[in-house]
Amino acid sequence: MSDTFNPARRWHDMGGDLAGPIPTDQHDFSLWEKRVDALMIIGAAKGFFTVDGLRRVLEDMGEDAFENMTYYERWIASINQNLIEGGAYTTAELAEKMAEVAKRGATYGDAASAS
Amino acid sequence: MQRVRVKSLMPPGHVRTPHYLRGKIGTVERQLGSFPNPENLAYGQPAPAKPLLRVRFTMADLWGDATENPNDTLDAEIYEHWLEPAPDAT
Amino acid sequence: MPHDHHNHLSPSGHPYRADNDTDLSYWQTMEIAVRELLIEKGITTAQDVANQIETMDSRTPANGAQVVAHAWSDPVFHAELMRDASAATREMGFDIGPLRLIAVENTPQVHNMIVCTLCSCYPRNLLGLPPDWYKSRAYRSRTVREPRTVLSEFGVTLPDATTVRVHDSTADMRYIVIPNRPEGTDNMSQSDLAKLVTRDSMIGTGLAKRP
Repeated sequence: MSDTFNPARRWHDMGGDLAGPIPTDQHDFSLWEKRVDALMIIGAAKGFFTVDGLRRVLEDMGEDAFENMTYYERWIASINQNLIEGGAYTTAELAEKMAEVAKRGATYGDAASAS
Repeated sequence: MQRVRVKSLMPPGHVRTPHYLRGKIGTVERQLGSFPNPENLAYGQPAPAKPLLRVRFTMADLWGDATENPNDTLDAEIYEHWLEPAPDAT
Repeated sequence: MPHDHHNHLSPSGHPYRADNDTDLSYWQTMEIAVRELLIEKGITTAQDVANQIETMDSRTPANGAQVVAHAWSDPVFHAELMRDASAATREMGFDIGPLRLIAVENTPQVHNMIVCTLCSCYPRNLLGLPPDWYKSRAYRSRTVREPRTVLSEFGVTLPDATTVRVHDSTADMRYIVIPNRPEGTDNMSQSDLAKLVTRDSMIGTGLAKRP
């Protein structure tokens, strides 16, 4: 909640806002989240993007994404966009691969089993 | 200590200068060296290195009467191209 | 490759969460697809991904606690840490990658506290991945404006005469707080001292434990 609405101020730039109590829940990271984290490090190390490119896409995703997606859901969305922009693969290749993965099984464990 | 003011600019793109510091006056706590400009890196562009400084503000300067304790301070890293001389530098 | 469904231990030897057995989400599908495309194109390998996860799993607050305990015990190391925390930490043998670390030291007069208002910058290459609260809207928003109220939610109350110094990690540096050494610890070994250093005490939302 900003003191005064400023259309030029971007949603992620939240320092100084009023907000509720600091949340105390904590979760252990799951395998798929750790893999997302690893893909960020590897994609950056291979020169496809920088952490600033990752942040730029996260910021451009907007506030709804911050409220409705988990941290690593937002990250994989941003990593993917940066990899496409960086020429690692095409949107068409991603579409084919995602369709193939989705057919493998109903759970993450089943769908990830080929890798 | 060198007194500086954070520029009151509000560009729509990726920058690392927080809104709450814009237009605020602080002192240079230390020089950190030069780093590739994140405003270029974010878009995959060549990024010339820009000087980065650690600037210290008092909470009173940031939040006025609303501050919890006027002597508390805030340090942030600000790129030199976001800083201008403080108007009443002494 | 092992079948994930039946591979219940992470590289660190801890069980993974049950997500492996819950319904496949759109974003999980994307993660699998992105990873497999990068492997097929020779950009990375399954082993590289596993190794990177193992590297991150090996980075925990215990590493930072060793650095703090060493600084408490050894004035020469303490001086090196305050001058160049990255170099001093590497000298202790920690693989911190390209991390540019600055140590900020608590004293009876000054209490330091770390936040990243713009995203969630954290000294992850030393302390591991940040806690969920560090990435929350509440912590990111409020810490630069009402650090004492935030501290009180963590159970920390400081005298008015102590200066709270908040560090917003806005750019290339990462910060670790060197908490005050508790009283009554003069004869303790470094390994025992390290047990008193909590993760939160190195972010500045806590104090070192008393023996």
